[in-house]
Amino acid sequence: MTIFEGQSLQCRRGGRDVFAGLSFAVPAGGALLLTGPNGSGKSSLLRLMAGLLKPAAGALLWDGRPIAEDAEAHARRLHYLGHLDAVKPVLSVAENLRFWADLRGGGLALDAALAAFALTDLAAVPGRLLSAGQRRRLALARLVAAPAELWLLDEPSVGLDHASVGRLAAAIADHRAGGGRVVVATHTALDLGDPIRLSLDALAPPPLPEMVW
Amino acid sequence: MSGFLLVIARDLRLALRQRADAWLAVLFFVLTAALFPFGVGPEPNLLARIAPGIIWVVALLAVLLSLERLFLADYEDGSLEQLLLSPLPLELAVLAKVLAHWLTTGLPLIAAAPLLAVLFHMDLAGLGVLMLAMLLGTPILSLVGAVGAALTLGARRGGVLIPLLVLPLYIPALIFGVGATDAALQGVAARPHLLLLGAVLLVMLVITPLAGAAALRQALE
Repeated sequence: MTIFEGQSLQCRRGGRDVFAGLSFAVPAGGALLLTGPNGSGKSSLLRLMAGLLKPAAGALLWDGRPIAEDAEAHARRLHYLGHLDAVKPVLSVAENLRFWADLRGGGLALDAALAAFALTDLAAVPGRLLSAGQRRRLALARLVAAPAELWLLDEPSVGLDHASVGRLAAAIADHRAGGGRVVVATHTALDLGDPIRLSLDALAPPPLPEMVW
Repeated sequence: MSGFLLVIARDLRLALRQRADAWLAVLFFVLTAALFPFGVGPEPNLLARIAPGIIWVVALLAVLLSLERLFLADYEDGSLEQLLLSPLPLELAVLAKVLAHWLTTGLPLIAAAPLLAVLFHMDLAGLGVLMLAMLLGTPILSLVGAVGAALTLGARRGGVLIPLLVLPLYIPALIFGVGATDAALQGVAARPHLLLLGAVLLVMLVITPLAGAAALRQALE
């Protein structure tokens, strides 16, 4: 049974500790919900998990092996969805999706991925005409279009309407039912079933003297 | 390998849909070169003699003009992050993007070069060597420029920094490129210059993917 875990992670940004001594573990089929106020390091933790950032201390392990040992293998097994949607304005919805799915060697489930986020009718619409919520749905459709074991979602429901939040919850439930794991940072109500909760609030180091007003 | 081709195909498709960008470099190339007869006077012998140098310097500036958009759009819309996390090694992604940049910028410049050669009344005996030298030299401009574009990513006013970083590194390509054409015009062997250009190209083909990918990783931290 493989496990994705972090051990006493420390994250430094701009010479300041964002958090320290953070540990977590996500089993197969598990969901980890990151909570905490703005600036508590939820996005930084997700970027650490993706391998985009390096921890100042501590280790991230997949099945007991450090992810930095084989960064490409780690990248292959994860989907990272940050604040940016990576949608090209001059490409259509279907072209945008197909490129990323093909790049990951998937691309078989394109129609299903479009349908999962109600984008079928928009398939031929160029990216520049999409609303913020539609762009977000296109970014989410990438998760379904090419399978990956680990989903790292940073505020995935921003800009989504009520029905789309439901579709996202259904996609996450499907993913977990198939043994996938998911880490979500969110402020809005997103039905994750029975997530493991990790609050970053308690892990923040005391503020620097000059930051106390 | 297929991921490599996918990135090239995507960038070419993007360039095709935003044709204004590609035209910009070629128009800049032709218009700027056309200014020189006004500046130095319309003396045919003088113009014919300085033609190779002008064509090279202006080509270099035209490539410079197009460098900022090489990584910036992908950086700003999050595509670069996704590329970094894709199964395609970032080094190959950089090489694919540079190749697409050359196909949409360098190649049109080579196609426009005969026009300028005629405009400057250059001896057409040197035209073949000029184009061959540009075929070897313009990829160098894209490769060196990509490192500069990657390094300045995320910096404020990065687009202004690129020329400062890149222009000094363009000097070898300029010297050997002009040298080859001048040699052909004077009836001397152009081969040594072309071989040196080829050597610079090979070195940059190795350096750019490594340095560019390292710079992009730094920019995305």
